[in-house]
Amino acid sequence: MATQHSRAAARLMNAPAVFVLLVWMLIPLCMTIYFSFMDYRPLRGVADCCVGFQNYERFITSSSFLSSVATTLIMVGGILAITVIGGVLLALLLDQPIWGQGIVRILVIAPFFVMPTVSALVWKNMFMNPVNGLFAYLWKFFGATPIDWLSELPLFSIIWIVSWQWLPFATLILLTAVQSLSSEQLEASEMDGAGALSRFTYIILPHLGRAITVVILIQTIFLLSIFAEIFVTTNGAFGTRTLTYLVYQRVLESQNIGLGSAGGILAVILANIVAIFLMRIVGKNLDN
Amino acid sequence: MARAVTTQRKVIATAAAWTIGIAIFFPILWTVLTSFKTEAQAIADPPVWFGFDWTLENYEVVQERSNYFRFLMNSVIIAVGSTVLGLLIAIPSAWSMAFVPGKRTKDVLMWMLSTKMLPAVGVLFPIVLIARFLDLYDTHILLIVVLMLMNLPIIIWMLYTYFKEIPVDILEAARMDGASLRSEIIYVLTPMALPGIASTMLLNIILAWNEAFWTLNLTTTKAAPLTAFIASYSSPEGLFYAKLSAASTMAIAPILIMGWFSQKQLVRGLTFGAVK
Amino acid sequence: MTSTLRALLGATALSAIGGIAAAETLTIATVNNGDMIRMQGLTDDFTEKTGHEVEWVTLEENVLRQRVTTDISTNGGQFDIMTIGMYETPIWGKQEWLVPLDDLSEDYDVDDLLPAMAGGLSVDGTLYAAPFYGESSMVMYRTDLMEAAGMEMPDAPTWDDIKAAAEAMTDKDNEIYGICLRGKAGWGENMAFLTAMSNSFGARWFDEDWNPQFDSPEWKATIDFYLDLMNNYGPPGAANNGFNENLALFQQGKCGMWIDATVAASFVTNPDDSTVADSVGFALAPDNGLGKRGNWLWAWALAIPAGSQKVDAAKQFIEWATSKEYIELVAENEGWANVPPGARTSLYENPEYQKVPFAKMTLDSINSADPTNPTVEPVPYIGVQFAAIPEFAGFATQTGQEFSAALAGQQSAEEALAKAQDIVNEEMEAAGYK
Repeated sequence: MATQHSRAAARLMNAPAVFVLLVWMLIPLCMTIYFSFMDYRPLRGVADCCVGFQNYERFITSSSFLSSVATTLIMVGGILAITVIGGVLLALLLDQPIWGQGIVRILVIAPFFVMPTVSALVWKNMFMNPVNGLFAYLWKFFGATPIDWLSELPLFSIIWIVSWQWLPFATLILLTAVQSLSSEQLEASEMDGAGALSRFTYIILPHLGRAITVVILIQTIFLLSIFAEIFVTTNGAFGTRTLTYLVYQRVLESQNIGLGSAGGILAVILANIVAIFLMRIVGKNLDN
Repeated sequence: MARAVTTQRKVIATAAAWTIGIAIFFPILWTVLTSFKTEAQAIADPPVWFGFDWTLENYEVVQERSNYFRFLMNSVIIAVGSTVLGLLIAIPSAWSMAFVPGKRTKDVLMWMLSTKMLPAVGVLFPIVLIARFLDLYDTHILLIVVLMLMNLPIIIWMLYTYFKEIPVDILEAARMDGASLRSEIIYVLTPMALPGIASTMLLNIILAWNEAFWTLNLTTTKAAPLTAFIASYSSPEGLFYAKLSAASTMAIAPILIMGWFSQKQLVRGLTFGAVK
Repeated sequence: MTSTLRALLGATALSAIGGIAAAETLTIATVNNGDMIRMQGLTDDFTEKTGHEVEWVTLEENVLRQRVTTDISTNGGQFDIMTIGMYETPIWGKQEWLVPLDDLSEDYDVDDLLPAMAGGLSVDGTLYAAPFYGESSMVMYRTDLMEAAGMEMPDAPTWDDIKAAAEAMTDKDNEIYGICLRGKAGWGENMAFLTAMSNSFGARWFDEDWNPQFDSPEWKATIDFYLDLMNNYGPPGAANNGFNENLALFQQGKCGMWIDATVAASFVTNPDDSTVADSVGFALAPDNGLGKRGNWLWAWALAIPAGSQKVDAAKQFIEWATSKEYIELVAENEGWANVPPGARTSLYENPEYQKVPFAKMTLDSINSADPTNPTVEPVPYIGVQFAAIPEFAGFATQTGQEFSAALAGQQSAEEALAKAQDIVNEEMEAAGYK
């Protein structure tokens, strides 16, 4: 089918996408790389080229760098764990015959439509506030001392908020995968006397493998650049400063563009290491 | 006997699913409820559920302070615009990679996804400088293009995996029957591809609607969407839960309603080739 | 018929205005606090007088700073007027990024601006931003709770008085906390308070050679005292409380005392919003007998970025918004207690305004702050609760996060101070001070 002619046509069809993405990647990237070798601090009127790897050195050796990488990994890992495990369980539940399935599905996917800023504001003020928040009332109702979520459990709180937003996405994709599992296969195994747990481990989970990798890949891409949730809730305090947030502090709060750009480039490199690792897995899964 | 077990199981599953569903939805419900309370009722101890004097006062205050409909229109223009533009570029690209795969196709796809790895704030200055150079600051077209580029990799990827599901045999059968390329596309491929395109479109509208970094930093007044609207309510003075709730409800209601109406289409295509 | 007539009349009216000056549309970036929102509501008065339209970009403080700073440093030209503070004005003015406001009209009466405000918004005697309102900080306390505790608040308390009062008023079972202070990280949040407080403890950010001073015993004493107060008598979750959060708490009657901006006085005494409006007393910010009080000096001011194409119209707006007439306009509509305070001498000479309970204490607080000589020992910088150098906002926010974490109990005062010292050292080295 793939004749010489259709290959040429295909290349032509693909050209616009490749071209715009190339431009989108190269121009800002080159400028950022250029800035990262500059001493560029507009508030001082300084824009000197070039200072070599000084910015990189300073960014890496600063006391906040390693902890921010660790925070990023914990945050992304935590959210992935909650959404994937929660998503699988929820998908299995929604796959059962229940009354009002359509409405329940609507309720479950709703958080996905909420802007990150809004969801962070709502959770922060109306639920996690230790004096007026709903959780505080709940805790007091049971006679416990209200927890100050955002300073006592800051990382967990942000993971919780973001997981709430992304759980619907994971659930939806996993649900489509669960539904495609043939019921004959399940029934056959039931006949064979397999328990619910072994059915889950040996039939359902392997079947979901590919959907799970897809969820992890797509979510990781979005989660690595989480910003609004941190900005609104803790402003990066209490050990919630991710690499993205550290770059933000360098670029916008300190207005040190050189240093921030170096951080941005490092973030790209680290993100790509994670991505290559992930894509290896996904790529394998996609080939099967 | 067997039937009784099924019913019992259905009751338990229903109870569990509804409990979890309501729990997940609860923050949104609470926000909407609070938006109709007075500020004092909004922080009442113990919380009031439904038995309060419903008031539209908060919505009036919010509308008086900021012209909601202008922000709304900008959100619609930007979200729809970037989605349409994105689809125009993505469909041929995904099509070609799905039906005429080359040795490099997988690498190209992965490279496209990797362009999403650049943290937005890291390239803020370059983009601002380019926007100023082209004199496009605070215009719809700038936001449409930037958001399109942000989401293009995801669109292409979704479409690619979806197109790949379309069996090639059907095409060959059609060709055997003497169908031209045109009729092949119109009568055979398009109907099969439409659900995937529809759900891709919906997902992209949602992503563009909720994008809060570029929309905030590249607009001032003319093109400012709802994300900028909400930024002026994020921490006002004094008691503000009810007004914050009203503003939040206004910001999320349109997309929430659209999402609910189209959730079937959204779900149908959200497979990312996950279904085998 | 009538509609034609109306259209004709409308056209004449328009051309009449057009005759005075070409009508422009000004884009103004501002912060979302009460006084600014009130100004937005009154914009029609300006449009009527001058024919110029106004587009508002109202943003939360952190977002506003991020937006206007990016705009000014990339010469983006998105705004005709920016709302900036006493920190940005001298830095930007010096870079000549702002249009000097040295040719305001006679009627405007520049000399009427409070000297402390005009001084803080000028570079070498040239005004670069006009104060919309000015503030210092002071103690606001609940007179009913003090009475119940059998205590009296002196007009000029010491930190020991504050501690004793906080202890007496705290009643955690009834959710009354003796003292509410800022704990939320940020150079304009907890660091504004802590820096002003540290001045009264004899501490300073830098010595005369720009060496950071967080390793000094004075800073240690400041932080220890602050943590002790907050841990024993403060509200839960204080590490996330900024101005707005504390205001809400105080209005709900959950704070015995609150040391914060003088502008808060009009909110806590407003019966519409505040449950404790009738029982609020005011006192000067505390001291330790070292000659400096723990109060700051701040102004939200309007400035014109140098790139603006509409300088004349922008100046007209600034003259309108910061004029005596504007104050009267607000007084007419909302009452004297709600006029923007702290900008003009004449306001404090107005017998009507003198009846406002917090007027005198506000003026005394403003007058007792001295940005050019803020600390007990000499310093190389200007600014009471900040150091007016471009790097300050960045590193003060980071140090603020360390102290916020200490307040949340995640690290000790010693650890926070040591980290703060390292952060500032790093940044000062990077900025080329050493």
